[in-house]
Amino acid sequence: MFRKSTHDIAASLSRRGVLAATAGLVLGLASLTGAKAADDTIKVGVLHSLSGTMAISETTLKDTILFLIDEQNKKGGVLGKKLEAVVVDPASNWPLFAEKARELITKDKVSVVFGCWTSVSRKSVLPVFKELNNILFYPVQYEGEESERNVFYTGAAPNQQAIPAVDYLMKEEKVKRWVLAGTDYVYPRTTNKILEAYLKSKGVAQEDIMINYTPFGHSDWQTIVADIKKFGSAGKKTAVVSTINGDANVPFYKELGNQGIKAKDIPVVAFSVGEEELAGIDTKPLVGHLAAWNYFESIKTKDGSNEKFIKDWQAYTKNPKRVTNDPMEAHVIGFNMWVKAVEKVKSTDPDKVIDALPGIEAPNLTGGVSKMLPNHHITKPVFIGEIKANGQFDVVWKTPGLVAGDAWSKELEGSKDLIGDWVGKKCGNFNTKTNKCLGSGS
Amino acid sequence: MPAHLSARLCTLALSLFLIAFALPAFAGPFEDAVAKFANDDFSDTEEAIGVVASSGNKLAFPIISALQDGRLMADSDSKKVYVTGADGKSIDAATGEAVAAVPDSASAVRLNNRLRRSVDAAIGSLTLQSPDVGTRLQAAQSVFKSHEETALEAVDAALAKETNRSVKTALGEARAAILLFKSDASEVEKLEAVATLKARGDQDALALLTGMGDQPASVTKAAASAIGSIQSSLAVWSMVQNAWYGLSLGSVLLLAAIGLAITFGVMGVINMAHGEMVMIGAYTTFVVQEVIRTRYPGLFDYSLLIAVPLAFLVAGAIGVLIERSIIRFLYGRPLETLLATWGLSLVLQQAVRTMFGPTNREVGNPSWMSGAFELGQITITYNRLWILCFTLAVFAILLAMLRYTALGLEMRAVTQNRRMAASMGIATSRVDALTFGLGSGIAGIAGVALSQIDNVSPNLGQSYIIDSFMVVVFGGVGNLWGTLVGAFTLGIANKFLEPVAGAVLGKIAILVLIILFIQKRPRGLFALKGRAVEA
Repeated sequence: MFRKSTHDIAASLSRRGVLAATAGLVLGLASLTGAKAADDTIKVGVLHSLSGTMAISETTLKDTILFLIDEQNKKGGVLGKKLEAVVVDPASNWPLFAEKARELITKDKVSVVFGCWTSVSRKSVLPVFKELNNILFYPVQYEGEESERNVFYTGAAPNQQAIPAVDYLMKEEKVKRWVLAGTDYVYPRTTNKILEAYLKSKGVAQEDIMINYTPFGHSDWQTIVADIKKFGSAGKKTAVVSTINGDANVPFYKELGNQGIKAKDIPVVAFSVGEEELAGIDTKPLVGHLAAWNYFESIKTKDGSNEKFIKDWQAYTKNPKRVTNDPMEAHVIGFNMWVKAVEKVKSTDPDKVIDALPGIEAPNLTGGVSKMLPNHHITKPVFIGEIKANGQFDVVWKTPGLVAGDAWSKELEGSKDLIGDWVGKKCGNFNTKTNKCLGSGS
Repeated sequence: MPAHLSARLCTLALSLFLIAFALPAFAGPFEDAVAKFANDDFSDTEEAIGVVASSGNKLAFPIISALQDGRLMADSDSKKVYVTGADGKSIDAATGEAVAAVPDSASAVRLNNRLRRSVDAAIGSLTLQSPDVGTRLQAAQSVFKSHEETALEAVDAALAKETNRSVKTALGEARAAILLFKSDASEVEKLEAVATLKARGDQDALALLTGMGDQPASVTKAAASAIGSIQSSLAVWSMVQNAWYGLSLGSVLLLAAIGLAITFGVMGVINMAHGEMVMIGAYTTFVVQEVIRTRYPGLFDYSLLIAVPLAFLVAGAIGVLIERSIIRFLYGRPLETLLATWGLSLVLQQAVRTMFGPTNREVGNPSWMSGAFELGQITITYNRLWILCFTLAVFAILLAMLRYTALGLEMRAVTQNRRMAASMGIATSRVDALTFGLGSGIAGIAGVALSQIDNVSPNLGQSYIIDSFMVVVFGGVGNLWGTLVGAFTLGIANKFLEPVAGAVLGKIAILVLIILFIQKRPRGLFALKGRAVEA
């Protein structure tokens, strides 16, 4: 574990900053009726693995939050106080996530935590956030079927990534036969269950769906790629919907390339492969394979917001080749929403901020404005990108507007009547048929 | 008013002249189609491909092939489209006139998968009569794949002129594929088509036959029997394929385990840091390739050959260092060795993570390691084939070294009876260090090969450590031949189970089988006999 204070406060306060800080401090003090004297910083917890298997993806998100805090402090901080990051390393170890979360909240007294990547790490910290009543911003696309009072989901729910991707393949590529390939854990299994139900509702027969699971870090893809080839030679256009996660992607794509499966024959659309993952592969044989995300680095914006973000990010990391990706954008949106909510209620008290967050809007990096919904998910645009030879994506399709995230999938039997509504119903799993809140017991 | 009339006539003539002059340049369907490339709209591009390909214009081929390679530049403001050649010279796509430079505002016309298929089909029908045999063969194959009715005339024309046998067969198959889907083809033609596809007998033929839709009864019947015979022959081939995949997986297992067979098998050190030696070998490959990329790009195809000895030296040196500084104090204390080497593996991982970053590093495949070739109905990828050969070579060299060199003799002596060897004047501690270095060095070499098929990340070693122990224990500790047989047995068993049980269950089944096997034969497949066992 290590800590990092992002800023030496005294050294960097500009004159304008001092003024703003004083003004903010007065306002902040005024609102804290009877509360203990304000500390001079607001602490922000960063709960991302910096070692172990997930370090490959999560280290960047830690850097993102440090970057955002740095930028915010340059603007004078929040409520006149500087933000201070408290970074801990849960080391890709799921129980350790819960321990570190507890430490952040009780010992370091953070006001908010940005963290987690895998669903299992999120599930592991949930009880801690509930018990100690703090806020978690979760930035990764996930399987849905959850809406918790203390968690804000800034990544995509299945209806903001998987379903639009399948729609694209059906419409544009006229795909009739589907391989759902995933790593064997909760996100791919739930997503594939939703997709299977969705495909069947669109009239796809059972024999035209092949579902395949592989262990984490699977590296010998010969048999599966050959199976996909065989499945694809039934005279119907075939596509692979891939929820293969992490390291296993590189050998999978290498095997596809080597066995000569081109995107124009059997396209693969992936939900976990972004700019960061492609940085480790020679992408020339992969040109044309697809990925569905809510953000791509290559997206050009009219107001230049994405271009500016990339430039600032590369300057901050002092690496002109450093890429940006979708979960980073989710953190950007989440962070800005939190700042706005805190400024709205003039307090970092979790209860007040949680109630203030729904309805808050923050610009996303693709030129739109995302909004926090009562179910604690956000509205996002969905893009389909094709892999280019330089490891970037070329957007070939996008949804006409923003898509609202569904906490509970409309495709699954058990969850289609449920909604999350923390504004009106004060309930994360409200059954609209029986008009009852299921509560935390189910 | 003759003056007025003549003025009108003159205007008329002039405008007629202008139209006649301008028509080929600005208003023809070909030029209209070319301008559509500048709209940056996929359906417009698709339409343009269709019109240009069937226009018969001599610019059609340069335009479509430029589109395929991303050399077709379009300016969306002026609606001008340019073809840039490989030599850097550019022409106006509509007129064929040379232009000095393509304006900066022009960008390459974008494609998606649907358009790539159209482009392939178009190129196929445009190059059916190319003077080059390879191009003609490729053209015939693309027409087979797209099997669009419009290509039938071109195929017939090419077939009449074709002299090369394999191109002729490919054209015949392309013709059959088209006829099978042509609604007004006669029953006789369709029956012939089915027979041609049956003779082809591969997955593509199967795809066409199963997807052909409504046909006359006799054709459906013939197709059903063709499908049956293709499927049964493919079933045999799939057994061959599984066996090949098994050999290939076995070779990877063997390569990863072979170093461990020395450190654990021969020396008896439970070396949990073995995987990290593999990782260090892979990172050595990365560093070698980085240097080659920046300094000597011409040498890229030799990068692996350069990396092999370097990886051996780097990993071997680290191995000697570890043995001298840690392991030699722990001989005979397996639990402490296990903990110490496991801790060491974490230290090495984090060290690499700090030096190279947590993300994957790109290790490229040299040209001779990429791609595949067809053997009958199975695809053999070059990288797997080379890894199999490489593994067997490493195994043979290691075996020869142990048997025929002085160091090998000393190693065997020390592991069989340490005290006796010491009495004969062998410096046992030096031999220990060298043996451990040799095992680590071979793990490093394995890393070079594994960098070609797996991620080069700090976690690379972790994914191989369990498998390596499994192979060594299964094969019999202390026996190199046991490791060889063990690796290939596990590889082949895994690959025959995988299609039936799936990758996850297959792996579990293998583990259960090994547990049962070890119950029966605790010393593995090839148990050492004699005094060494008690030592």
